[in-house]
Amino acid sequence: MMVVLKELTTEELLAPGHRLCGGCGASIAARLALKMTRGPTVVVQSTGCLEVATTIYPYTAWRVPYAHIAFENAAAVASGIEAAFKAMEKRGAWKEHVDVIVFAGDGGTFDIGIQALSGALERWHDFVYICYDNEAYMNTGIQRSGATPHGASTTTSPAGSRIPGKAEWKKDFAAICAAHGIDYVATASVAYWNDYMTKVRKAIEVDGPAVIHVLSPCPRGWRCDTSESIKMARLAVQTRFFPVYEIEHGKYALSVKVPKPLPVEELLKSQGRFSHLFKPEHEGEIGNIQRRVDANWNRISSLCGEVQK
Amino acid sequence: MPCEGDHDDGGVKEMRTRMGFTGDEALAYAAKQSTVDVVSAYPITPQTIMVELFSEYVANGEVDTNFVCVESEHSAMSACVGASLTGARVLTATASQGLALMHEMMYIASGLRCPIVMGVANRALSAPINIHGDQSDMMGSRDCGWIQIYCENAQESYDWTLQAFKIAEDPNVLLPVTVNLDGFILSHAMEGVEVLSDEQAKRFLPPRRLDCRLDPKNPATIGALCLPDYYFEFKKQQDEAMKQVPAALAKVTEEYMRLTGRRYGMMDEFETKDAEVVLVCLGSTAGTARSVAKELRARGKKVGLLKLWLYRPFPSNEVADVIAGSKVVVVLDRALSFGAPYGALCQDIVSTMYTSRSKPLISNVIYGLGGRDITPSEIGSEYEEALAAAKTGVLGEQVKFVGVRE
Repeated sequence: MMVVLKELTTEELLAPGHRLCGGCGASIAARLALKMTRGPTVVVQSTGCLEVATTIYPYTAWRVPYAHIAFENAAAVASGIEAAFKAMEKRGAWKEHVDVIVFAGDGGTFDIGIQALSGALERWHDFVYICYDNEAYMNTGIQRSGATPHGASTTTSPAGSRIPGKAEWKKDFAAICAAHGIDYVATASVAYWNDYMTKVRKAIEVDGPAVIHVLSPCPRGWRCDTSESIKMARLAVQTRFFPVYEIEHGKYALSVKVPKPLPVEELLKSQGRFSHLFKPEHEGEIGNIQRRVDANWNRISSLCGEVQK
Repeated sequence: MPCEGDHDDGGVKEMRTRMGFTGDEALAYAAKQSTVDVVSAYPITPQTIMVELFSEYVANGEVDTNFVCVESEHSAMSACVGASLTGARVLTATASQGLALMHEMMYIASGLRCPIVMGVANRALSAPINIHGDQSDMMGSRDCGWIQIYCENAQESYDWTLQAFKIAEDPNVLLPVTVNLDGFILSHAMEGVEVLSDEQAKRFLPPRRLDCRLDPKNPATIGALCLPDYYFEFKKQQDEAMKQVPAALAKVTEEYMRLTGRRYGMMDEFETKDAEVVLVCLGSTAGTARSVAKELRARGKKVGLLKLWLYRPFPSNEVADVIAGSKVVVVLDRALSFGAPYGALCQDIVSTMYTSRSKPLISNVIYGLGGRDITPSEIGSEYEEALAAAKTGVLGEQVKFVGVRE
């Protein structure tokens, strides 16, 4: 069941006036997710852009209870909160059910926070973990993470005359989460808002852990215009660069089919972080990326039971 | 074995019960009687017994606690912070490397004013790896904003755990507490421990008053970014809270004394009034030192012992009052502070006495690292040397390593 625009609440639980950049995908991911809450909700955040730009004391953009504790431990903090509500309910000190939603960036998730997340998934806490993936440590100034795509130039994987940006490939985060045997994992893109929001609600309704990996463009780090965020988020899907699917009870299903994909070059040429790939000294890299994208798409769509073309 | 109590409670004489407990078990048993909502912990020697015994209480339905058995100490403390902010009464326990791994989170627990209680079975830090008792672990986190209490025996481990929750949750304080037990010497040694009945314990320490700072009906942002325009004020307020600890501790220990007859406070003195030499230490060594001091007193030597229960906040004025009248103070440190002029405890004593009108000679003994025993004869020699220095007014070595091969 898809979300319908006219039925969406106009209430903004992430208030305007925060200090995130124009075109920031993270603010869109958080705002849309909070429109899908089903009742009392607590938000937990790892350190990152979304945190520093929305909670500058004495101001806050959050109209829900909100806890930021540190960088690597959002899932562990959520575990404690969920456990505490349950325990207090048991001794009669608390009445209502409270949903716990984590927002964490790709650095706080793919890299420094993966242990705490893995532990929380294994312990089966009832919470939703939303990783807003802008594909680098944007808060500290665009350093590479385990989510940064191959070939992207960041301040710690700079494109030089010898090395064409990041040498390694992006982790398959959704598969890592799914390997815990949890009931719900999904990828999403902020460009496909109704798909994303539907997934958020689905994740909340899961009794146990659920993870959403949402692609959230960062114009500053991707080197594109702030007006092009949504376009970039769509291009990543339309080039099959970022497949959008869900894994329910271990079963993969493609959410956005891309029967006529654009060449990945269309995405690469639209973002400054890949501009060096078009220089003669790095010839062949674009072809490498296209082959990897094709192979990944075939793998995912095969898991989703799609007929290969 | 139950025996008739000397103190009545609410007019009703209650039977006293003695149990055989290790220090770890005594802490776990006190926690069982403390209506703890959430325990989040990770196993590490020599703390393991605390969490194992508590898991048994959970498994047998003896407590309603939600036990979150996490994948690291960092996550243990993170979950504790989350649970404490939610309003739960929270306990954890660790030692050594685990405490070091928690270090980052310990500052956040105190900075967010979470009244968590943590048992620490004090153990040496790597490298080289060693699982035995010394106080290097806690000394490495002494500035993290936690109230820090050191126990001498299993009875104190039990008593301080119950009192620690009450001090931590005092609305004027709201700070986390570590209850420190010397690894193995206390954590694993069985002693007779007098315990309260569950009802007495519950009357002394009722369930935590609901203080949910993540209440959906009253949304608040916890852990906000504070820049140079506000950060300093938060830290000043935290320091003010630390200053409220002695008053809260006095109130709690007084109430506990009325209930049990056992008087606690910031420190414990033995024959300090007219002592020429006062030995200062933390933890289980006080037991050995007291027996040595008793023997020396019997031989007419004016020696005394000052054991600090409360290490943070450091009771400077009270310590100064006790030792100002002595001629020589011997400070025992079971931890090294590399590159510093003295061990950590001695640094506090020296800086406390600098502003005191009378200035006894102060010598520092570094001992017992990695679980090496300190013997009564070694402590006796330190007393004797200090008595000699009290006569001549001249100290030998200012910082001395005792019990180590040169």
